[in-house]
Amino acid sequence: MTVLATPDKTGSGFPLGFDAILDPSPLQYLDEHGALSGALRDDAPELDPKELLATWRAMVIGRRFDVQATTMVRQGRLAVYPSSYGQEACEIGAILALRPTDWFFPTYRDCVSMVTRGIDTVETLTLLRGDWHCGYDPQRWRTAPQCTPLATQAPHAAGLALAAKLAGDDTVALAFCGDGGTSEGDFHEALNFAAVYQAPVIFFVQNNQYAISVPLAKQTRAAALAHKAVGYGMAGVRVDGNDVIAVRRAVAEAAERARRGEGPTLIEAVTYRMQAHTNADDASRYREESEVDYWKVRDPLARLETYLKAAGLLTDDVVAEANQVAEELANDMRARLGEEPEVDHRDMFAHVYAEPTPQLLEQAAALQAEIDAAQLDAAQLDAAELDAEGEAAR
Amino acid sequence: MTATLDGAAQSTEISLAQAVNRALRDAMTADEKVVVFGEDVGVLGGVFRVTDGLTRDFGEQRCFDTPLAEAGIMGTAIGMAMYGFRPVVEMQFDAFSYPAFEQIASHLAKMRNRTRGALPLPVVVRVPYGGGIGGVEHHSDSSEGYFVATPGLHVVTPATVSDAYTLLRAAIESDDPVIFMEPKRLYWSKDRLDTVGPAIGQAAVRRQGTDATLIAYGPTVQTALEAAEAGAAEGYDLEVVDLRSIVPFDDATVTASVRKTGRAVVIHEAAGFGGTGAEIAARVSERCFHWLEAPVRRVTGFDIPYPPPKLERHHLPSVDRILDAVASLQWEDR
Repeated sequence: MTVLATPDKTGSGFPLGFDAILDPSPLQYLDEHGALSGALRDDAPELDPKELLATWRAMVIGRRFDVQATTMVRQGRLAVYPSSYGQEACEIGAILALRPTDWFFPTYRDCVSMVTRGIDTVETLTLLRGDWHCGYDPQRWRTAPQCTPLATQAPHAAGLALAAKLAGDDTVALAFCGDGGTSEGDFHEALNFAAVYQAPVIFFVQNNQYAISVPLAKQTRAAALAHKAVGYGMAGVRVDGNDVIAVRRAVAEAAERARRGEGPTLIEAVTYRMQAHTNADDASRYREESEVDYWKVRDPLARLETYLKAAGLLTDDVVAEANQVAEELANDMRARLGEEPEVDHRDMFAHVYAEPTPQLLEQAAALQAEIDAAQLDAAQLDAAELDAEGEAAR
Repeated sequence: MTATLDGAAQSTEISLAQAVNRALRDAMTADEKVVVFGEDVGVLGGVFRVTDGLTRDFGEQRCFDTPLAEAGIMGTAIGMAMYGFRPVVEMQFDAFSYPAFEQIASHLAKMRNRTRGALPLPVVVRVPYGGGIGGVEHHSDSSEGYFVATPGLHVVTPATVSDAYTLLRAAIESDDPVIFMEPKRLYWSKDRLDTVGPAIGQAAVRRQGTDATLIAYGPTVQTALEAAEAGAAEGYDLEVVDLRSIVPFDDATVTASVRKTGRAVVIHEAAGFGGTGAEIAARVSERCFHWLEAPVRRVTGFDIPYPPPKLERHHLPSVDRILDAVASLQWEDR
């Protein structure tokens, strides 16, 4: 068997040779019952209890965020919210494996990752509430604006990683996309560029089985999305996307490989979208409830919790503290997202170019005059009403 | 802007393609963050030799060949710009830029706006465009209209050797994305180089006249000037405005010219329907209505896919067609 020019053994439980990539069974540390996975039990590296507890805590908070955001969309406080309930192992495991200096390229479904990164909840949801297209400072958080077109941010991640490499920095870039995104041309061009340049980038596919209503079987004939790595000559890994330990280690190892100058990695994380695509979607039209039930018992948070409890790591105090922080976050979201957002119409013209064109200045002035006139009308109307009330009172 | 030309270079004539090359060299020398990449731009020096010698002189880290994938070229340029580089990418031919259009429209044009100015993208996209060189299909499009209709992009197009240099230097220094449309028909035209030029957004009056204004850009500027010369023999004193920058648009220069002459003809190679000329004619009509002696006319390519090379002479705006348009501008005394 010919082994391609991908790293073969990392010595950490994730063989990356051709044979391993072609084996479509995902790599796993924790099985769905929360027990150490048989295949890797003997090969598992030391599991750091502090790291495990921190990961669990982030998952509790991330899930609470997701549930609260879903509630807020039902209340009309958000225009739309694509839930990542059930995908917390991907959302959180991947982000916790990066350094704060690494760049992250999220899609619209990856709010939980952004909150885990430390971005304020309201800033995270600014796009989805409709206040502005991006609510946070991408430079400060090393987080690109959430991308709505599919996989078009993947070449950005490749380019940024190449730039970091040319600059001599050890920055790594990670781009998320879904299984649907792997069908897009930009996905292929990004992977090819990254491999040719040996750019320090990780392409992380959250294979949640559906692109809105279209199942994976209509997205690809490949036995595994991770197989695509072979064609580009890069390392490819398929992990259980509901096993946060496996995800975290896969990303950490990919990042280490990238920093060592060994180029990009494609990670396919096999997971499931528990909720509908968004609130506008009716998932019952295209999937059976029994399928959702199958995945319910594979819940990433419950799985880790079971393991931690069995290992005696999850004390009542730890649980109480995490739940309290999660509730405070939810309360804060309710309060602040319940307020009417302040939007400034001048922002529409201020950030199109470094200097507005003469044409934009004209349009901004015309809009300002329109708004001023409307306000003057409203003020005169108020004054007239006050006068009328005064007359009536007299 | 710092001019780095020696005296000898200024006294000799160079081609427009060489002027672009000179601008790239000087920009790369002035700022190590300027990188040039695209298909064939490295060892070959570009199919038009515009990037000739850059890899040799600046190394493969500064000027490099890419896989053949325009969306990938555009997308990686965006990522590099996010990290502080100033990429200048080549699309090789106008119609080859279409696979990159989503990256241009959805990301390049919008990143500054989406992030309230936190992520400016100082990227220059060089697009050799236009016909008249006998190219087969997909090699002669005038694709400026797509870019002009996309807010967030600057769109400039030189018609002279000096403008090719100065506009490209300005484009590379700009913190905003600039679509740099290179009229490939003029690549081999020669002139002396003046390295001091205007800012983006300033049109030039190439020929003074009193009877009508010919508004042109890129490859049609030369045709307009020829028409103005020919028109002089027929008794028309024609003014020629070279836009140089379509976005931002220099309303002031165009308006002043048309108010002076009272008549206007807009000229470009792209199809007329929904084209840039329609926008220009509308702007002129709005601003100059009371000065106009006749409706604004357009001389453009037909509303057809770019024709095969043996027919392109019928499609491209010609001196005769421009003069016919001038003659139709309701001259009472002629």
